[in-house]
Amino acid sequence: MSNESIQKTFTVAFLLCIVCSVVVSTAAVMLKPSQVANKAKDFKINVLKAGGLYDKGIGSGKSIEEMFEQVSIKLVDLDSGQFTDGDPAVYDQRKASKDPNQSEVLSKDEDLAKISRRENISKVYIVNEGDELKKVILPIKGYGLWSTLYGFISLESDLNTVSGLTFYEHAETPGLGGEIDNPSWKALWPGKQVYADDGSVALTVIKGKLSPSTPNPESKIDGLSGATLTTKGVDNLVKFWMGSMGYAKFLENLKAGEV
Amino acid sequence: MKTKELLFKPVFENNPIALQILGICSALAVTSSLRVTIVMCIAVILVTAFSNFFVSIVRNHVPSSIRIIVQMTIIASLVILVDQVLKAVAYDTSKQLSVFVGLIITNCIVMGRAEAFAMKNPPIPSLLDGIGNGLGYSFLLLILAFVRELFGSGKLFGIEILPLATEGGWYVSNGMLLLPPSAFFLIGLFIWAVRSFHKEQVEDNEFVIAPNTQGKEAH
Repeated sequence: MSNESIQKTFTVAFLLCIVCSVVVSTAAVMLKPSQVANKAKDFKINVLKAGGLYDKGIGSGKSIEEMFEQVSIKLVDLDSGQFTDGDPAVYDQRKASKDPNQSEVLSKDEDLAKISRRENISKVYIVNEGDELKKVILPIKGYGLWSTLYGFISLESDLNTVSGLTFYEHAETPGLGGEIDNPSWKALWPGKQVYADDGSVALTVIKGKLSPSTPNPESKIDGLSGATLTTKGVDNLVKFWMGSMGYAKFLENLKAGEV
Repeated sequence: MKTKELLFKPVFENNPIALQILGICSALAVTSSLRVTIVMCIAVILVTAFSNFFVSIVRNHVPSSIRIIVQMTIIASLVILVDQVLKAVAYDTSKQLSVFVGLIITNCIVMGRAEAFAMKNPPIPSLLDGIGNGLGYSFLLLILAFVRELFGSGKLFGIEILPLATEGGWYVSNGMLLLPPSAFFLIGLFIWAVRSFHKEQVEDNEFVIAPNTQGKEAH
């Protein structure tokens, strides 16, 4: 049979496709469990890092699983600010934020973080020591320059002081916007105050560095040089998620002990 | 051709990046840190080697009308395989490499070698040629990554070498080296250096530039 005949062409194409698809799908199926495990582990590490628990735990030689035992995952209805029923282990927040039945469209004024839809129910991670609340770790997301930033912000037990911030998924410019991963920048966040006395969100990422004359330095973070839009994005998403459309109601309830 | 020649000629004399100017895109994108670069290099070596090998095995049965599609299918399958394995065993690095592993499919070196070498040679020399060209690519990438990471962020493999001024040291990092265009300049300088030693690599002009002529004034 000539190589150039139509029959041969179809046969070669068909056989090649069969062989390649079998190889690719076998690999995908066989490697799936460890990929899922990796992803889950990475997610947990980020929750722990945001809560400032990771380095301490690693220092004492604990595994990720052991460290994560102190964290309990709860579901919160963002509109009412109350815990809701449901299994946090199966709730897919990323999917819910795109599902019209589980999310709501944000108006232009509300949509500070430029996420266009917000899920009704969010996971929150709570760290207790005995019966006492120690830390609350909240998932946050919003648009930077090129990409949606996904991360966590954690608060101390007074629910006003930041204890950490981290982003686990973004595609900002390395060296510029990507500096949101820089440990020395992230170290600026712990200790800052989220809310002003009147209850509005005071936490702001400013342009440039803090100077002694900056008003309310307890709620201001240095901007990243060369990354104005990413910085603006971080500022907006913090404002959004800490505000009334985000976790403000839940935090109020939590503080009053009414959840 | 001899094994040694197949393996090492592409590294120095016939470097795919420096002489053939192939695979520039990924050379710009992944060279801002050495660790990521090494993983990328291994991935590219594996893909070029095995795509050459498999293309060469089927070369006598491939109708020329669909030969590019056949090569692409083989290359794409291998790349997906590499990507899946990376996600399973080196999750952090695969996160940093993100789309660039997938983009090995479009790396001109892989396809260039499949079309130029593997379609005409037996499997074993093709395998060696693939490894050789992968090494040539890796050689240049490692040089780029070394320079960029050392002078861009003062580190090698993430370990501090030059203490940064922003963290209390003395070295003011060159932020531009962390951006992709810097790799472009470095490759340019490298090609210049190579061609100063290997004069035969300098290409002839494609056309002679006409001497500067005096324009006539408009009436």
